[in-house]
Amino acid sequence: MTSAGSGLTLLQTCALSLLVFTGASQFALVGALAAGGNPLTAAAGAFFLGVRNAFYGLRLSQLLALPRAVRPFAAQWVIDETTAVALAQPTRRATRIGFAVTGLSLYILWNLTTLLGQLGARAIGDTAAWGLDAAGPAVFLALLAPMLKTTTERAVAGLAVLLGLGLLPVLPAGVPVLAAALAAPAVLCLEGRRSGTSRVHARVDDTPDAPNDAPEEAR
Amino acid sequence: MNTWIAIGATAVGCYAVKLAGLLVPAGALERPLVRRLAALLPVALLAALTAQQTFADGHALVLDARVAGLGAAAVTLVLRAPFLLVVAAAVLVTAGVRAMGG
Repeated sequence: MTSAGSGLTLLQTCALSLLVFTGASQFALVGALAAGGNPLTAAAGAFFLGVRNAFYGLRLSQLLALPRAVRPFAAQWVIDETTAVALAQPTRRATRIGFAVTGLSLYILWNLTTLLGQLGARAIGDTAAWGLDAAGPAVFLALLAPMLKTTTERAVAGLAVLLGLGLLPVLPAGVPVLAAALAAPAVLCLEGRRSGTSRVHARVDDTPDAPNDAPEEAR
Repeated sequence: MNTWIAIGATAVGCYAVKLAGLLVPAGALERPLVRRLAALLPVALLAALTAQQTFADGHALVLDARVAGLGAAAVTLVLRAPFLLVVAAAVLVTAGVRAMGG
């Protein structure tokens, strides 16, 4: 995988897949370390990318209704894909099975491909000559594309690109990405100010007449 | 050693947020503003990371074969190609442009 070109050892890369197991964070960490970033700055960027998993867990915990003792073991599998599969199931039994099957198969596949990718990349040697340095941004773009649903998301992405590139020459490696994260609260703040009046109508619209007691899950 | 520190910190942090979601009582994080922010943070981070890894060379901004590769990835994404095909297109086009001396 991409980390072979960035100076991580085979063991370090595999440890990352086994222990972190949330793709975007792993790629971000590897990229930041390759750029010569401070390890804690690099970890902070990866951490913020992982924060969305807490919100997945929040929705999953209601659907799965797992005993407390099982939760620490299930937690490692709370990621984009397992959440998507689990939320799509009609019954609790199907939700649990969907979560477990997706989690287990992805965990095994992800770690196997990490190992194979590492061995393959080592055999190739110069990863840049083969264009492998373009794999990182392509992965990020593929993860980002489905998230760009409304103008708000596009505005956040655009502002983040400007911040990330604009600050690159002046701040230490890894820090511009963290600064770019500020695009999210900035756009939300602007949006909140502009929709000050329309929000009142929205409130009236989503009060109790919804027949479904968990409208969020329908998404 | 530094790399191990970063891996350790990331592993602990990412596991902690996953577990927190399962353990925290529903409602604590359910405020609409918090949810919106959590949904938008990855958008900002991924956009910045995509741009940097395409145009950055250390502290300088450059235009090289990676741009063509990312363009190819964008085209395949618009065509709704599967994930691996998107990455493969980026890699192949970048390697091709470089081989031609780009």
